[in-house]
Amino acid sequence: MSLVGKPLSPQRRRFLQDSARAAGGCLVAGSLLAYLARDARALPAEALRPPGALPEDDFLGACIRCGLCVRDCPYDTLKLAELGVDAVATGTPYFIARDVPCEMCEDIPCVAACPTGALDKGLQDIDDAKMGVAVLVDQENCLNFLGLRCDVCYRVCPVIDEAITLELSHNDRSGHHAIFAPTVHADHCTGCGVCEKSCVLPEAAIKVLPTRLARGSSAEHYRKGWEEKAEKGGPLVEGIIDLPDRLPGPGADNLAAPGGYEPGYNLPGAGQ
Amino acid sequence: MTARTHMPVGHEARQVKGWVGAHRFLLLRRFSQLFFLALFLLGPWFGIWIVKGTLAGSLTLGVLPLTDPFILLQGLMAGHWPEMTALVGGLIVLVAYALIGGRVYCSWVCPINPVTDAAHWLHRRLDLPKGWQPKRSTRLWILATVLIVSALTGVIAWELVNPITMLHRGLVFGMGFVWAMVVAIFVFDLFVARHGWCGHICPVGAFYGLIGAKSLLRVSATNRVACDDCMDCYAVCPENQVISPALKGKPGSSPLILSPDCTTCGRCIDVCSVDVFKLTHRFDDAVVAPPDPAAAPQARAARPV
Repeated sequence: MSLVGKPLSPQRRRFLQDSARAAGGCLVAGSLLAYLARDARALPAEALRPPGALPEDDFLGACIRCGLCVRDCPYDTLKLAELGVDAVATGTPYFIARDVPCEMCEDIPCVAACPTGALDKGLQDIDDAKMGVAVLVDQENCLNFLGLRCDVCYRVCPVIDEAITLELSHNDRSGHHAIFAPTVHADHCTGCGVCEKSCVLPEAAIKVLPTRLARGSSAEHYRKGWEEKAEKGGPLVEGIIDLPDRLPGPGADNLAAPGGYEPGYNLPGAGQ
Repeated sequence: MTARTHMPVGHEARQVKGWVGAHRFLLLRRFSQLFFLALFLLGPWFGIWIVKGTLAGSLTLGVLPLTDPFILLQGLMAGHWPEMTALVGGLIVLVAYALIGGRVYCSWVCPINPVTDAAHWLHRRLDLPKGWQPKRSTRLWILATVLIVSALTGVIAWELVNPITMLHRGLVFGMGFVWAMVVAIFVFDLFVARHGWCGHICPVGAFYGLIGAKSLLRVSATNRVACDDCMDCYAVCPENQVISPALKGKPGSSPLILSPDCTTCGRCIDVCSVDVFKLTHRFDDAVVAPPDPAAAPQARAARPV
């Protein structure tokens, strides 16, 4: 209404049109770029980041894809993702454990080379690295689980007897042998992948997975009674009366009535 | 004049200065581009580790860190405060290009430049129409978009598509399908938009243009009185909107090409048969006076003072 009588400036109109056009174009281009950015976060399970790498979401904002970590890796473990070949965000460093695992250099040259901190300099001891967690994914094909003594993953583990132990159990199949089950302890596993690389099977039975896939997590409020008890050095609730356990009923070896109580119809006099 | 504008660009310059003289800056630029690429390739190819890394970030002789400030800025927008090495490297690059001219990077270092130059050469050879010509400010809009997307997604956004670092990384580390992207840019510049990528789209160039807005190294139309309007500089210049203010400015105006869009490629110097342009610094606004007041005034006659 107030416009009536005022001549509209063609420059103003032009400016608004041009701005709207540019903003619209940028909205489309920006959305596509944002979609690519979201897509880039989907790191394949077999691709592992170098030691000290920030969590994936932070990593992609920190890694400038310069390749200096790759250059300083003495074992040629690391490589830069190539466009359209590797399903990893293009230009970012990663390794495939089954191809070339991380040899866990004590001076961690890849971390030292990183100019931006995408590989966190806070990682001082390579044993604290968390590139992933080894998981014995296939117990049915693992030779040790079949009752043989392969033990290769256990023996090659750089953190032997801490990250992987052999847990003994009875071999029911043979009846008189033991099963030496390779067992990963995630707290000590660095995810270097030497076990996966060395697994003698055509397809490794033990694989390093990203922690998000390898591990569950217990609920925040969950407490393990036995740990709490050990920490306290006594019962958690004082003054509990320890009642005698219920004893088996008539006849100590009465398997038909494990609680010690006969069903009502079996009692003398019933049903007659 | 029509006949002359249809002569091959630089034809007169070639006749006057010879082929090498008329391609001096082009040869120097190709040498420079090869030189910087070779520095990076000496390591992986021959084991001579002068420079490690890529254009995104590098380490020279184990002491000099260099980081692309645009990538660093995106990282900052994405919420990552980088370590000192990257910051120092970024600052060195920033200061260097702020002094010599931001877009010097575009024409003397960037590996995409030979691709778009080749596209433009063929484009002129085939006498194709200039095609889609969005505003030159489009790249600034894209620059802003890239920074916003980086901030929103927490990812260094332009590195997901940046053909410059991809091609460079491809040559130094491993190509993948980057060649397809290079072909796409070539075709885009050839058929879709003349000077399309470097002149209108690329936010890296836009960023470097901004940081070099007050740079010292500049081309000047010092000898603009000698200009015979052959239009070869306009034809050869990738950002030819920068020429007119300097070349056709009113008497008394600065002959310096001060637009941050100028990539200081020096092709205008090459193709000019009467040597209007020269490379100088931004405080040198000397103009060659008309040798004979009677001989020059043609241009002045058209615009009475």
